[in-house]
Amino acid sequence: MQMLSRTASSLYWLGRYVERADFIGRLVEATVRLDVLSPRPAGDAAWASALAVTDTDAAFAANGRTVGPQEVARFLTIDGCHPGSIVRCLDMARNNARAVRTALTREAWTAINRAWLIFDKRAGPAGPMATLNLVEAVQTEARGFEGAIHRMLRNQTTWFIRLGQAVERADNTARLLDVKYHLLLPAGERVGGVVDRDQWTTILQTVSAVTAYRWLYSEGLRPANVIDLLIARSELPRSLAASCEEAVDILNLLAKRTGLHGEADRMARMRQARMAKTKSGEVIASGLHEFLKAFIEENAQMHFAIGRQFKFG
Amino acid sequence: MGQRAFDEVRGQGATARPELHALERWIAETPPGELKRRQQSAEATFRQLGITFAVYGESDASERIIPFDIVPRVFLPGEWARLSEGLVQRVEAINAFLKDIYGPRRILAEGVLPADLIFGNPQFRPEIAGLRPPHDVWAHICGIDLVRTGPDDFFVLEDNARTPSGVSYMLENREAMLRLCPELFRNFRVAAVDSYPDRLLETMRSVAPHGRGVNPVCVVLTPGHYNSAYYEHSFLADSMGVELVEAADLVVDDDKVFMRTIGGLVQVDVIYRRVDDDFLDPLVFRPDSMLGVPGLIAAFAAGNVAILNAPGNGIADDKAIYSYMPEIVRFYSGGEAKLPNVETWRCREPEALRYTLDHLEQLVVKLVDGSGGYGMLVGPTASRAEIEAFRAALIAEPHRYIAQPTLALSTVPTLSDAGLAPRHVDFRPFVLTGANGVQVVPGGLTRVALKEGSLVVNSSQGGGTKDSFVLMDEPEPGQSQSQSQSAGGMSQSQGS
Amino acid sequence: MRLAIDHRTTYRFSEPQRRLTQLLRLHPGDTSNQTVAGWHVHVDCDARMRHGRDGFGNHTTMLYVDGPVREIEIAVSGEVMTSDAGGVVRGGAEPLPPALFLRFTPLTTPDDAIRAFAEGVRGGTAIEQLHRLNVALFERATVKEMRLVPRRTAAQAFAADAVTPRGMAHIFVAAARVLGVPARYVSGYRSDGAHHSMPHGWAEAWVDDLGWIGFDATAGLSCDDHYVRVAAALDHAGAAPVAGSRLGEGTERMDVDVVARES
Repeated sequence: MQMLSRTASSLYWLGRYVERADFIGRLVEATVRLDVLSPRPAGDAAWASALAVTDTDAAFAANGRTVGPQEVARFLTIDGCHPGSIVRCLDMARNNARAVRTALTREAWTAINRAWLIFDKRAGPAGPMATLNLVEAVQTEARGFEGAIHRMLRNQTTWFIRLGQAVERADNTARLLDVKYHLLLPAGERVGGVVDRDQWTTILQTVSAVTAYRWLYSEGLRPANVIDLLIARSELPRSLAASCEEAVDILNLLAKRTGLHGEADRMARMRQARMAKTKSGEVIASGLHEFLKAFIEENAQMHFAIGRQFKFG
Repeated sequence: MGQRAFDEVRGQGATARPELHALERWIAETPPGELKRRQQSAEATFRQLGITFAVYGESDASERIIPFDIVPRVFLPGEWARLSEGLVQRVEAINAFLKDIYGPRRILAEGVLPADLIFGNPQFRPEIAGLRPPHDVWAHICGIDLVRTGPDDFFVLEDNARTPSGVSYMLENREAMLRLCPELFRNFRVAAVDSYPDRLLETMRSVAPHGRGVNPVCVVLTPGHYNSAYYEHSFLADSMGVELVEAADLVVDDDKVFMRTIGGLVQVDVIYRRVDDDFLDPLVFRPDSMLGVPGLIAAFAAGNVAILNAPGNGIADDKAIYSYMPEIVRFYSGGEAKLPNVETWRCREPEALRYTLDHLEQLVVKLVDGSGGYGMLVGPTASRAEIEAFRAALIAEPHRYIAQPTLALSTVPTLSDAGLAPRHVDFRPFVLTGANGVQVVPGGLTRVALKEGSLVVNSSQGGGTKDSFVLMDEPEPGQSQSQSQSAGGMSQSQGS
Repeated sequence: MRLAIDHRTTYRFSEPQRRLTQLLRLHPGDTSNQTVAGWHVHVDCDARMRHGRDGFGNHTTMLYVDGPVREIEIAVSGEVMTSDAGGVVRGGAEPLPPALFLRFTPLTTPDDAIRAFAEGVRGGTAIEQLHRLNVALFERATVKEMRLVPRRTAAQAFAADAVTPRGMAHIFVAAARVLGVPARYVSGYRSDGAHHSMPHGWAEAWVDDLGWIGFDATAGLSCDDHYVRVAAALDHAGAAPVAGSRLGEGTERMDVDVVARES
């Protein structure tokens, strides 16, 4: 018997929301470090860009709020009034997990539930340290969830969760790069010019790639390398290349087990083949923003194709 | 409470009934601290499994478990055999009644029941009139609530022919007892209950529409994970190996029911639904409701799906109908009811009204269409003013009330803060009806009022549960233990 | 009398719908004074239709349509021969006894105003009492076809300035039941040659020795050979020509055009 569409859809969204919560957490953490803990505070621009990455700048401005560390940190973490906060992502993750509670192991459910409970009755982080503690707690549970998923049976349940994570991760990394790249590129200046070391470190922190960068590139921090790492190096789990590869692998596993393959598989394979040939240098030369914009759009199309293929409806 | 309650271990005497010496010895030999420890261990397991009552709008921290009592309640083989016969007879009558009342209505034509009792009753669903479920089975899963006042004195308190719950407690309580008190199962030959999911699945498959092959698709339909009995729904679906679906997973096309899977629509033949009639099909019931499966009743009417239990069953377990159950059983079975009702005065009848008004201080008076204890007078504990208010209401609208004596419910030794003490219990056995007959599962849900002297066993008011042992006769010589384990206690009658 | 009926119902959706499931009660049955000479239900898209009867004995059609659907028209046309029997309905499918039609439903629960109104006409023979109720309703209310308020109850209709035929019938039914008379809602057609934005609705009440009698409070008269009964139930919800459910986003708009005339 095939899995219920609703179950598959809940698992997929569970994966997306956990990944998103984790990403926002790392983004907030990196922004705090950039702005508050850095010897050269980046100021409100850093927080504005955090809003841009999560695509919540309009929602933030809607209530007449002005950008500042406290306001944005609060908005992105504990503000339950818009869907782009960690608390709302975890809420959605938990709702989806509850709906498929019997398909999950106790360990996986507990991790989600504990992450959700972090926010229970919490008024708000007061300062940068409190914010860091909060997002760190979320990341701990997210890692626990990740581990639990990998210890679950290798079947559709796991794969739909991981598929959701792969699609979400591709989107997050592309957005991060797109926004930061723009911010960093002063008008008229070419990429590869003056490097704001702190800003680029922020990006690496957000995708947990500071150490990986040092391993892979010997010549110090250079924007072209950071872009290369995040786009083309499939060794880095959060790179676009790795996300594309993972989507293909999971769809293959699903096809083998369920006999269902189609539009989403074709899209994923084509995308992966293209990514394998993509040279970051060429991307930079021909326009990184256009490349990322197209990637985000294609990823969204993948999302819809997955929904159609597995009849999420 | 004028008379003394029957104690199920000691009877009316001071020492245990001979068959239960072993239980009394076990109680005496196990230190109360040890019993307490095992009880806590069982409760911890229940909490981990999530056998909890969800409290709406609150986080997991406030989900509660129903207290568990470690001392089992024991039925002797003869007691159980007689009780089972009564249950089979009653459930057969319930099914015959439903078939008749939504069909030819012979029972009304012959004047056994007053017609307005049926037609004026909102539980009689005109939308269902004239429909026939596959194999003519209506009440597949019944939970019959019983109270006991003596060794063989069982009374039916209430029939549950809609969506009776509690069977997961029967199974989980037994699991806990096997793990925590294995020595009891060496001393007693206890009939197994763990075949319940298999029996239920067998029942479901037996009532699949004709021509749907040897492997009909069965599902459990739940209102969703916010429902307080969700654990039981998912537990049953899991242990039967069938899908747990919500209304949104089902779609009706061409008068057939399908579920949406990642591979497309799969036809569904049998639905064990744990949602109320009102939320089955918005095209037929409750058009204002967005819940339900549009077209489900059309598929049912076309004979393309079996719904357990059938829609419209409320007319069989309604309080107003209850008092007529002895007549109903007699009408369909041709014999007297083996399981009596609690004596009931129907205040619509002038003599019964007179008796009720004369004895209000001793009686429990209930609204026939009331629910959740609303509109109930418990005479012995009511104030003068309450009694007088009820007297006025009774005189104004006697047809809306029934009256019953306050019964001395039996007691069973139960672990309390002060050690073991007798506590009042009731009992809900589960009875399955498939295309091939009726079977009584040898066990059930014993609910216990944990407060001293209390007769209220509801979990919402401090009630708990116990395991219910049904003892088997000694095996026939030459018969192996395992064979009689699997067959034992399951009483079955052919045909319906 | 030979009556020709033309009844079109159009649903338009702001977003394409993935699936439509509708329960239609659009097919009249024969009675002693009503013979269906020809009847067609046409749906303007691919659909699966299944015929049956509901618990009240009404003909039903289940309509199943796969999306995407933006618009659907259900066109009913037919001819019915009628004769005048002073409103008495005989020979119909009557699977349920009159006693059932004493119960109140959410749409026909009387409030104090309807109860008082009913008490005002109590007395005399059963049939006199019902005629008095029918005329009293006719005289007090302004009947108007207007956008229907979904799920409007008899009590709400009674309190309103203007009432639809459906509302009138609900008030009649509620009041008759207050008087202890079994009563039910009927949906169908009345031939007057004019275009209407909804099918007609009236009430039937039970009189021992006579049977079910149709009363149209919008005319103050009992029904005659200008009426074609299609479905009867405890209230409009049970007799509705179309009960539908759709799977999809957006809003819907329903337009109805009904003409019934002598042919």
